[in-house]
Amino acid sequence: MTSGPLLSSVQMASFVARGFLRFDGVVPDDINRQFMAEAGEIPEAQDGVRIRKLYGEALAANAIPEVAAGTPLADAYPHGSALARLLDLPLVRGAVESLLGDRPVFDHHFLHVTFPPAYHAAGGGENVSQHTHQDSTIDPRTAFDLQIMYYPHAVTRPMGGTRFVPGTHLRKVSEVALGRYQNIRGQQHMVCEAGTLLFLHHGIWHGGGVNLSDRTRFMFKIRMHASGPQTRRWDLSDLPPPNSGPGPQRPIFYRKTAPEPNTVATVLTTPEPWFEQDTSRLEYVNRIRLWRYLAEDPTFDVDYWMTRLETNPV
Amino acid sequence: MSKRTTRGAAMNRPAPRPLRQKVLVLYLANSALDSPTVAWAVYDGTGETLHMAGDADEPPYATGLAALRDGWRLFQASQLLPHTRGEEFDLAYLKYEFFFEQLVEIDP
Repeated sequence: MTSGPLLSSVQMASFVARGFLRFDGVVPDDINRQFMAEAGEIPEAQDGVRIRKLYGEALAANAIPEVAAGTPLADAYPHGSALARLLDLPLVRGAVESLLGDRPVFDHHFLHVTFPPAYHAAGGGENVSQHTHQDSTIDPRTAFDLQIMYYPHAVTRPMGGTRFVPGTHLRKVSEVALGRYQNIRGQQHMVCEAGTLLFLHHGIWHGGGVNLSDRTRFMFKIRMHASGPQTRRWDLSDLPPPNSGPGPQRPIFYRKTAPEPNTVATVLTTPEPWFEQDTSRLEYVNRIRLWRYLAEDPTFDVDYWMTRLETNPV
Repeated sequence: MSKRTTRGAAMNRPAPRPLRQKVLVLYLANSALDSPTVAWAVYDGTGETLHMAGDADEPPYATGLAALRDGWRLFQASQLLPHTRGEEFDLAYLKYEFFFEQLVEIDP
């Protein structure tokens, strides 16, 4: 797999700070149509037939293959299939390489289907949204896995869409233990055009939105991880060399002008609407730590958050 | 008032209507009840409304104090706990959680 255009430092900083990158309508329509054909038809709602049964039969019959965990991503999908073509898009290749390095490894994938109310009524189930959760389990690593969410058709607000909460990815929680939180300030709902991709840090809090429309909704997720170092893999042309030290940092708190937008420093210290007043500062510390890891630069700092903690005169 | 009269009055009193609990959970920006709401949930034991994840992008109350002023009764607040040495920067669940309730009469 050869690389495409790499992410910029500001895009990487945004991923570090917010846990996602969104690319709207970047998958060509012919791939979207091919994917929908390979994903197969979902039968009409039938009285007395539970969604679980319809879902299971549809997954078994479609053309999307089972793939063994640990397979090189480049070998996960048959040549010419919609997913192989999607992963070969230059934008996708470049973003994946920027975040994971070359030769990423497939973890798992899943076809998420969210059914309209008629299916729940026919099958006797309740039509509700999925509880907000973090995928997998408690994950104390600094390294991260990447999850690509692919929206092969347009998603309207009544269709639900994936709900996610920017900036939650660095919190170490246990899967759906946080299900009690119904709504969080700043949550986003994926309303998008066909061919949109959402690149997520594995830790981001998310859930499937309830589908109140009359159309079945599809989303395909692929989880992958690095096979080697995932550090310093993006476009580093605007980055100072590592270990050059933070030097004099920008003025903090007492500033007469707004900080310069679209810089790594500003992006890493931009709060989310849900941030608590004290822990927002711990979020900055954790973002800086992740940036240090990715940039291989243990001296990096913004606004003295780390320098202050590391100043320990003898 | 004689016992007989009291008993008679009690017999004429209408039976109490059943109560159901509505629960409001607010997550605030710090431990003060008048700090801003950052997350929330509503669970309605009357069955009149069904709330679920992602059903509102704006909170029902701007602060915990606003909920008190609207008649919600606070019955639980998260504790303030010291930070474990070595884990001072680890973040997990939302920190300032406040449980409120309303008791609502329903038709038997």
